[in-house]
Amino acid sequence: MTEQTQAGPAIVSLEGVTKRFPGIVANDRVDLEIRAGEVHVLLGENGAGKSTLISMLSGLQQPDDGRILIDGVEMPIRSPSHALSLGIGTVFQHNMLVPTLTVAENLALGGRWWQRPRIAELKARVAEIARPLGIEINLGARVSELSLGEQQQVEIVRALLRDSRLLILDEATSMLTPKGIAELGALMRRLVERGLAVVFITHKLGEAADFGDRVSVLKLGRKVGEITSERLRMLERAALVDEIVAMMFGRQAGADVISIPPRAANDDALLEVRELCVAETSDAPGLDRISFAIGHGEILGIAGIDGNGQKQLAEALAGQRPADSGNVLLAGKALDGLDVGGRRRQGLRYLTDDRLGEGTVGTFPVSINYFLKQIGEPPLWRSGMERTREIDARASELTRRYDVRTPGISTPVGRLSGGNIQKVLIARELADGARAVIFNKPTYGLDLANTLATRQRVRDIAGQGLAVLLISTDLEELLSMCHRIAVISQGRLVGIVSNGDGAGERVGRLMIGLAA
Amino acid sequence: MSADAAPVRATAPDASAGKFGRRLAIALGPIIVSLVLAGCVLLAVGVNPLAYYGFVVERGLLSPLGLQQTLTRMAPLLFIAAGLIVAFRAGMWNLGGDGQFLLGAVAAAASAPLLVQTLPSWLALLLAFLIATVVAMVWSLVPALLRAYQGINEIITTLMMSFLGVSLANVLVKLAFLDPSTTVPQTRTLAVGDRLPRLFETTITSGLIFGLVAIVVVHLVMTRTAFGLKLRTVGANPRAAIHAGLNVPVLTVAVFAISAGLIGMGGAIDIIGIQGNVRADWNPAYGLAVIPVVFLARMNGFAAIGFVFLLSVLSIGGESAARRLGVPQHFTMVLISIVLITLAVAEYLGHRLNQARKV
Repeated sequence: MTEQTQAGPAIVSLEGVTKRFPGIVANDRVDLEIRAGEVHVLLGENGAGKSTLISMLSGLQQPDDGRILIDGVEMPIRSPSHALSLGIGTVFQHNMLVPTLTVAENLALGGRWWQRPRIAELKARVAEIARPLGIEINLGARVSELSLGEQQQVEIVRALLRDSRLLILDEATSMLTPKGIAELGALMRRLVERGLAVVFITHKLGEAADFGDRVSVLKLGRKVGEITSERLRMLERAALVDEIVAMMFGRQAGADVISIPPRAANDDALLEVRELCVAETSDAPGLDRISFAIGHGEILGIAGIDGNGQKQLAEALAGQRPADSGNVLLAGKALDGLDVGGRRRQGLRYLTDDRLGEGTVGTFPVSINYFLKQIGEPPLWRSGMERTREIDARASELTRRYDVRTPGISTPVGRLSGGNIQKVLIARELADGARAVIFNKPTYGLDLANTLATRQRVRDIAGQGLAVLLISTDLEELLSMCHRIAVISQGRLVGIVSNGDGAGERVGRLMIGLAA
Repeated sequence: MSADAAPVRATAPDASAGKFGRRLAIALGPIIVSLVLAGCVLLAVGVNPLAYYGFVVERGLLSPLGLQQTLTRMAPLLFIAAGLIVAFRAGMWNLGGDGQFLLGAVAAAASAPLLVQTLPSWLALLLAFLIATVVAMVWSLVPALLRAYQGINEIITTLMMSFLGVSLANVLVKLAFLDPSTTVPQTRTLAVGDRLPRLFETTITSGLIFGLVAIVVVHLVMTRTAFGLKLRTVGANPRAAIHAGLNVPVLTVAVFAISAGLIGMGGAIDIIGIQGNVRADWNPAYGLAVIPVVFLARMNGFAAIGFVFLLSVLSIGGESAARRLGVPQHFTMVLISIVLITLAVAEYLGHRLNQARKV
């Protein structure tokens, strides 16, 4: 597939690039070399840091640490237009064309505003660029009349019109048909043959194996592996997929040891879910007859590629999302009619993965954020009036007990680090009366020390006899502490694997849609 | 009492005094800049800015009659500010104040003169006040329900409902509640003796007291109670509110009802305390004037009292100056908008400065 590519010099190099957002490290010391004449695939799951990396290459964001070199010279990319002038063109996941304008008008956008767009000149240039690439473009057509694949071709041509040497395609296949994907693959091949560099971002393994000259795998913001073009040419496709799977789901240096807490003596099911169904919405998959039971002191892992219904499952259990049918039982008691507060009072707790987005109110003090889910309840409120002294005393106690590192309990919670915000959430959910806890990606975006501490916290909770549902996209995490691991795919549980020898392989294969 | 303890204790007030001084500078600096900018506008239209400002201060603040007028003007404005604080703190942009205010005013003007004929006047006024509140609440129901259950942007709907409300109030005055005994189209007039009592030996309405109580109560409810915290949670992060199990749609409707109700009370107070009737085509547009004031006060009830006072001084003084110097009465709003823009610019610059200092 890559016979006649001759890798050229590096056009763009990243050295130790780090980008932090409040609460998470999106990119952690990423090194990357992008060479002319290569399709460089960036592979990783949602949240692995691909989009952040791209936004730094296209000038939308600035790295906090590390350097970006262009043709071997250090060069901060200040803005999107600066990126364009450096020859870096980006085709974003969601297309950036104006649907009511024609293709020609879209291509002429971004010209000097005081000049009349030179459509005739444009036509000649487009023909010159598009013909060798085998692209047919009808300049007079309205963008809204084009298929998504055609719109993407227009965007690629637009990038080339600006003399791009490096073309970044962000999740370019996510909206294409299989035929469209194959065509895009052929187009990328022709582009690199003409000496361009292409960065192709995807979370699909197969595409990486089919289209890439070089594959870099991102995981939780870190680059966990690279397959060079020489190696890529040597490997069979199946062996290549295996190697990439190993990188994406494999063990990392610094990951903690496997330690599965002993089960409690009482082995009855504590949290039971029967045939739970949730309707699909426009932006979220539904749930299809989910059933499982978790015993006292048991950790059940939910593995799966992100976006397969994990969040919907957690929200339906917590009462935050209405279920169409099915039952949720806690210690034999049905929770179905209860709302979020009712389920919480029964002892069902949900730790969201979106710590700043929905878990906390960033501008509110730490103290109030501990009690967001019990506003108005005694003893912290009495007949609706806030009892500041009691709230502060309780907040100080939780801060001490859960080791939250904060300047004070009146500090806005949004100023804390991700690890400490997570501790606030853990304190809130576990402080009193918890019987079953749902963790959604509890270590997402945390540094290693906090990751290990959080994992130990989850084990301790199970050790106390609570039922734990641990949703994670990090297979290693699940293998390190779960008793059983269920795999979710497109809103269905496709299998449950007992943790033990070879469980990782079997879960990994279930995750990418192969039989265990 | 050791000597070495003294300097430690001395630094604390110093630091807080410095902090207070800086906050004062941040608050007053932009206002002074705005006065200068507005002065330039006055110069451009050929008016001596010093004369104008002097006139405004003299008529709005220093002369006894002017000050009494200013304090009287504050009564309805305080209610409106209270209503807006509830909505804005809960993250809902109720821009329909004018419609809610006028409908409240018309409801009070229609009911009060009838009720005083049969009831003791305190009860009649109370009933008229409540009727006005309910009418304004009902008027807010359409934007409230659309926002709560359909997610439709309340900025648009409240503004549209405001236009409708202003027109409807007018229609009611001209058709339904017209006083047949006058030639000017207006509602029946509430006799001065039946209106809210005046304070002491002045012309200041006791509505001022109700306004102050309303805004202080709103401030305390928003900052000290579970209900207020729930509303602030919805305002600060609606997704966190859903996650915490708050019933966001019900809270949304409650916010609109309380907000519109308070603004309707403002309308009632203006009628039963000050005006006595509603003339056709009367629309003081207090609702829109108070919005920037509430922003200047950063939705703090106590600060809002101060800024409402300032607005009253400017508008009473501005009305006199308009007659005397020929500056349009709306120049008050020009001044307030300039203050708001200067404050926004100051905030932006301060933010940039902080960022630069961090790097």
